[in-house]
Amino acid sequence: MNAISITNLHYTWPGAERPTLDVPDFQVACGESVFLRGASGSGKSTLLSLLAGILAAPADSVRILDTDIASLTARKRDRFRAEHIGIVFQQFNLIPFLTVGQNLKLAARFTGKSGQAVENRSVELVESLQLHPDLLQRPADQLSVGQQQRVAIARAFINSPEIILADEPTSALDADAKDHFVRLLLSIRESTGCAVVFASHDNSLADMFETKVALADINKVKPQEVTHV
Amino acid sequence: MFEVALSSLWSRRGSVMLTLASLTISMAIVIGVEHVRAQAESSFVRTVSGVDLLVGARTSQVNLLLYSVFRIGNATNNIQWQSYQDIIARPGISWSIPFSLGDSHRGYRVLGTNNDYFEYFRYGDNENLRLSSGEEFSSPLHAVLGSEVANALGYEVGAEIVISHGIGNTSFVNHDNLPFTVTGILAPTGTPVDRTIHVSLQGIEAIHLGYQDGVQVAALSPQPDDPRLAQLEPTQITAILLGLDTPLAVFGLQRAINNYPSEPLTAILPAVALGELWQIIGTLENLLQVISILVLTASLLGLSTMLLSSLRERRRELALYRAIGARPSFIVWLIELEGLAMMAVAAVFGYLLVVLGFGLTQAWLSETYALVIEAWPSSLGIWLYMAGALLASVLLSLIPAFVAYSRSLGHSLLSH
Repeated sequence: MNAISITNLHYTWPGAERPTLDVPDFQVACGESVFLRGASGSGKSTLLSLLAGILAAPADSVRILDTDIASLTARKRDRFRAEHIGIVFQQFNLIPFLTVGQNLKLAARFTGKSGQAVENRSVELVESLQLHPDLLQRPADQLSVGQQQRVAIARAFINSPEIILADEPTSALDADAKDHFVRLLLSIRESTGCAVVFASHDNSLADMFETKVALADINKVKPQEVTHV
Repeated sequence: MFEVALSSLWSRRGSVMLTLASLTISMAIVIGVEHVRAQAESSFVRTVSGVDLLVGARTSQVNLLLYSVFRIGNATNNIQWQSYQDIIARPGISWSIPFSLGDSHRGYRVLGTNNDYFEYFRYGDNENLRLSSGEEFSSPLHAVLGSEVANALGYEVGAEIVISHGIGNTSFVNHDNLPFTVTGILAPTGTPVDRTIHVSLQGIEAIHLGYQDGVQVAALSPQPDDPRLAQLEPTQITAILLGLDTPLAVFGLQRAINNYPSEPLTAILPAVALGELWQIIGTLENLLQVISILVLTASLLGLSTMLLSSLRERRRELALYRAIGARPSFIVWLIELEGLAMMAVAAVFGYLLVVLGFGLTQAWLSETYALVIEAWPSSLGIWLYMAGALLASVLLSLIPAFVAYSRSLGHSLLSH
């Protein structure tokens, strides 16, 4: 079973004249860490949205954990995402007016989990990200950018997903923080054994990953032809 | 989700507070208007009960009702004593109460009547007057006070009061030489009776003994032991309340009185006149109600606008909910809950504002406008308005909720 399996994925944004993606084949094994390189506007975010089931992929083109996500109802797809996929964005990863703890609890809520187990897991994750547990009581918008990105990792891992999708998560960080961030992400991955797809334009981080892929190599639509909405 | 909605509102507290203030004020207006309406209506229909006919000098029925029963304004003319004797001598009349109005004591009206008043006058749900202390008057210089008069002026049985000729509490001529003794105090009724000082018809005549052509003449002023007091005969009264043996006779008697040959008189059915008066007031109140509802509607639209315009700044926040697994319905409920929570808080604050407002002005309203308003509104209409406002907030929040919903579908959440 592959974590992610793409076959003949065509995607055109509604209203766009040209397709954004034409990916004949792309596989990610369970537990594999993949560096997905692509310039901004190359369709990276679109691809991750399709993998996350936020955008609806055509039938039989995207299988996540052996499930054709196009076959799921919208409701089940949202639940599937909450349970199996953790997402880290470039910025704005946390609901700013909730505390760090509330952010983690909210993410757990969408899989139906609550209570002491979630609290314990929150403390555990925050500590393994080298943050102080007191941070759980702080409103998210009082954290530094670096702290917010680390909490985003905790948020992504709170439901112990099989797949982590990260979309330019380090572009708001300085060079030292970038390395530190990726090391933390990968060390937590090792303890949970999930697959990581790390999309970035920053090649300096690529060597930390097992697999390096350029979007331009798997996507037959040439970047200059891409229409990005 | 409640936690999220409240934190979200708190994070936008500037615009939320303004919207809340607008909702609170409009809710207070709606509750206040409805409260005054309900209170006025109930005290209004309670004022008089069981009277078949009300007789006064020729005037409109609303005017007669106002000056005789509500003690608002003055009679334009009086009924001759002889006419009163003629009318109550007619067959079929079960009881009668004469009213003589026109004098006052420190702003409270003085009503001249006889002891039948205490026996036959009914108010509210056919209730009798009851003395809370003392006894009825039995001499021309005795007075029985309504409960509010006694309370407001601090009188007890045995107190001596001076009655001025004319109405208003700054009358230039006070009859210091002719004090009335308080013999009894009535239990509260919630009607104009509470604000009335009752004396005998002879007492009214006694007040006017010292007058000649409307001017007080010292030489004519009576002393408490004046022998003239014993022989006083009323010459005029202001109104008559009649109870009949059989209600069917009402219309015949009404026609007879309206055609009374010696002087022009008007006989009215109090229930009909009350209805007519209530219609006049009711029109005004309906208008106020419509305005208050429009004000509330405007505020509710403001709530909807506030939520709608917040969606722009919340684009990423809403996208994030979806990314971490929220269904689109979560977003609908979140916005709905925010609108509903604000309306609920505004309803409570609006209610408390009304309680505070009437609590502070209760005494003043009662003294100045004879309006007895309870501080805590509790009529069914108020709860219906609150429920209606909450329902309306749910419906109007649907607009921003569904805009957020449709944006959250098929949006590339990863591409901010």
